[in-house]
Amino acid sequence: MRQRVSMTINGTNYEHEVEPRLLLVHYIREQAGLTGTHVGCDTSNCGACTIEMDGHSVKACTVFAVQANGSQLLTIEGLAQGTQLHPLQQAFWDEHGLQCGYCTPGMIMAARQLLARNPDPTEKEIRMGIEGNLCRCTGYHNIVKAIQAAAKVMGEGAERKAPATAPSARRD
Amino acid sequence: MAVSQMIGASIKRREDPQLVTGSGRFVDDLPQNAVLHLHVVRSSEPHARILAIDTIRAKEADGVVAIFTGKELREEFQAPLPVTVTFVPEKAYPEQYPIATDKVHYVGEPVALVVALSRAAAQDAAERIEVRYQALPAVTDVEKAIQKDAPVIHESLGSNLSYDVKRAGGDIEAAFKEAEVTISQRLQQQRLIPIAIETRGVVADYKPFANSLTLWSSTQIPHFVKVWLAVILGIPESQVRVIAPDVGGGFGSKIRVFPEEVLTALASRRLGRPVKWIEDREENMRATHHGRSQIWDVEIAAKRDGTVLGLRLTQWLDLGAYCSQFGTFMSLGLLVAPGPYRLAAIDGRLVGVFTNRTPTDAYRGAGRPEATYVIERVMDLVAQETGMDPADVRRRNLVTGAEQPYTSLFGFTFDSGDYVAGLERALQVAGYDDLRRRQSEARKQGRYLGIGLASYLEICGLGPAAPTQANTGVSLWGMGVVRLHFTGKATAITGSSPHGQGHETTFAQVVSAVLGIPVADVDVVHGDTGVGPMGMNTYGSRSTALDASAVHISATRVREKARKIAAHLLEAAEDDVVYEDGKAFVKGSPAKSVTIQELAMAAFQTNRLPAGMEGGLEATTFFDPTNFVWPFGTHVAVVEVDPETGKVSIERYVALDDCGTRINPMVVDGQIHGGIAQGIGQALFEEGVYGEDGQLRTGTLVDYLVPSAADLPFFQLEETITPSPVNPLGAKGIGEAGTIASTAALMNAVVDALQPFGVKDVPMPASPAKLWQLMHRNGGRKG
Repeated sequence: MRQRVSMTINGTNYEHEVEPRLLLVHYIREQAGLTGTHVGCDTSNCGACTIEMDGHSVKACTVFAVQANGSQLLTIEGLAQGTQLHPLQQAFWDEHGLQCGYCTPGMIMAARQLLARNPDPTEKEIRMGIEGNLCRCTGYHNIVKAIQAAAKVMGEGAERKAPATAPSARRD
Repeated sequence: MAVSQMIGASIKRREDPQLVTGSGRFVDDLPQNAVLHLHVVRSSEPHARILAIDTIRAKEADGVVAIFTGKELREEFQAPLPVTVTFVPEKAYPEQYPIATDKVHYVGEPVALVVALSRAAAQDAAERIEVRYQALPAVTDVEKAIQKDAPVIHESLGSNLSYDVKRAGGDIEAAFKEAEVTISQRLQQQRLIPIAIETRGVVADYKPFANSLTLWSSTQIPHFVKVWLAVILGIPESQVRVIAPDVGGGFGSKIRVFPEEVLTALASRRLGRPVKWIEDREENMRATHHGRSQIWDVEIAAKRDGTVLGLRLTQWLDLGAYCSQFGTFMSLGLLVAPGPYRLAAIDGRLVGVFTNRTPTDAYRGAGRPEATYVIERVMDLVAQETGMDPADVRRRNLVTGAEQPYTSLFGFTFDSGDYVAGLERALQVAGYDDLRRRQSEARKQGRYLGIGLASYLEICGLGPAAPTQANTGVSLWGMGVVRLHFTGKATAITGSSPHGQGHETTFAQVVSAVLGIPVADVDVVHGDTGVGPMGMNTYGSRSTALDASAVHISATRVREKARKIAAHLLEAAEDDVVYEDGKAFVKGSPAKSVTIQELAMAAFQTNRLPAGMEGGLEATTFFDPTNFVWPFGTHVAVVEVDPETGKVSIERYVALDDCGTRINPMVVDGQIHGGIAQGIGQALFEEGVYGEDGQLRTGTLVDYLVPSAADLPFFQLEETITPSPVNPLGAKGIGEAGTIASTAALMNAVVDALQPFGVKDVPMPASPAKLWQLMHRNGGRKG
């Protein structure tokens, strides 16, 4: 019953035999050993497990590992270049956009996609854009500020590099 | 930035680089080899006898290592789970053990354990376990629960009533005799589900031949967990170490010793191997305690000029199926119901009732949001009845700065603060008079603006030791160690156990400010019972007032010893040596100084010390303050309710808070933001709903609405700063203030918006359906 899957996460190739029912988030955490992607609910509501798959945001608890076969994934661990934080990571730090930090990886990944699609969002667009990611600590106040600050920095060309995964058609 | 300015500096949190890069270490992220996975089989029934548990087929499942039922484990518990006095020593309650044996009392109660090689294998096997129940009628309503013919949940108690006691102060008869206005109102505090985004989780590692246990838990209270694991499992306390690693939020939901901490430890002990249990969300919503779940019946005696003379109050508290560890803490609400107001009399009644629902315990604010909600709704009800402006009713009743320190009718003495000044400032910032004009204009156009005020006074800090022991059963104080190392770096160990509050940063600021060493040179250690003395953990907005104060005192004692060493090294009289910005020198001769780094080194070269002085540069402080701390403030909410949909939009939110000295204003603001959001959640969205069948209807995040970014505005924060005289920092708490004020402010705004429809109260949450009905009943608008 086990199936072989192969995928690239943050530029590194991983290959494992997995059960078809294995969720991608558990694959990332337990097989690939990348524990920055968190699990906060069982129903795709909280967004703590948000990652990028082939250039699109996905909640990794809603994708089976076998569905990601052949995909390029980006998780929170793939954002910083060595000790150089991604502008969103830097902005969350600068603006106090996190408290307990549990939702933060998913929130930053969702914000990254938001800014990729809309580099200069309004406050309302930011709020709507991260609606699928729940935070219980911050009241979102400083999260919205952090995304605004990051948008400004990224818009000024501080980070004009291509995203680590190239956008492509969404896989079914 | 000069270190002397460290108190009051919004420096960035040192916790964050780990967390923003995904390098945090929450319980489920800890590196573990060869760990076994525990799945807890839970009751599907709210009230039933367990007739049989068939585990044969489950034992044959792939990957299963062991299965345990309650009966098989019962003899290993040397004590039940702890229950504290918390304001109601008169209560009757049953002993609760971590796992059911003969009977289940709520959906989610543990009935069996499966330990397997993987989490999936444990869950697969659990599905093969057959529990045969004899269903009993469920009790889900507090008033029905105490009727004569109600099914009894705990036979040993004879009824579902835990307590029905009086708490009175002042002359209530005189108050009602003098009253020109009397109002009766029932106020609901719906059941809330806390929803820390990280669920609970435990890893237990028991070493059989050493009889020692190390346990990692997503908890607010590692020190209490250590004591109770020792007591319940009969392991010497010195052999138990509990570690709270990164913890993904608490809000009270991780404040008690939970069954699963004991059960995971027990499974590890039985098997001699490390065992891990990670709660999933559906489990969390049934197995982790809930909050609020109260009804308050209120009778108000007031005068036409807005003076509130007295209140008759009954607080019905739904304890759920057991009395949780701090299950009656919310009764504090009645004792602080006067809030910041002069109130001559309260005739209070506390009624605690068991139901077949998840037990309730502390949830952010625990008793104080409920009290604030009651007194703030009272102020608005009086305003509505007398035709006065709600701000004027508050002005009439607030304790003034000149009356401080004021002693309330239940004997609490407030520490400091000018509550009227706080109200006036908040009104001014919000542009209150202009808001009233806009509201009046809008009504003419069929638009419904509401303006809600909440002036709160919060008791927090928890100690002092004597009153907390008398009232809660636990002697509470602060603990802080400051230790200088050979190279002049410092470690501060705190008795608090943060889970998002930023203590690693703010406590380092305190040490830096006192010793004059860079913040980066101070490491802050918390949440590990194996390091440093016992602590009293984190809850009740206590950490800064108590534990940071203890750190402050220890740092001061270290500085004093360093100064003595400096005097010896400089061959000067002690009184002539001053200590400034990390250096000691003879008064007037700063050029010839000794740095703290040199003094730290000297402290470990004992031959260089004055005769009789012990080596090392370290101090431990158990800090017992003279009083609680009393943060206060006024919040102003402005909402608009859409008559077409009943939806509430929050147009503006102004919060004026006074929490005394702010060590790191940025962190303080963050606490307020989150607190406000949580209180708004109660006002508008959240409700833990049970069916009469005892099943939780809101058992996932699909059904239970946690506010999202799209539901909330930016919050406008204002401050006054009145240092508390009861601790060396002058700090009051701020972890719960936002929640304490915002529910009342929001609901007052919603009711205010609906005044043209003759609405006097709206039960929470103020959902669109509920408001639409209130706006369209009996032909709609009245005024």
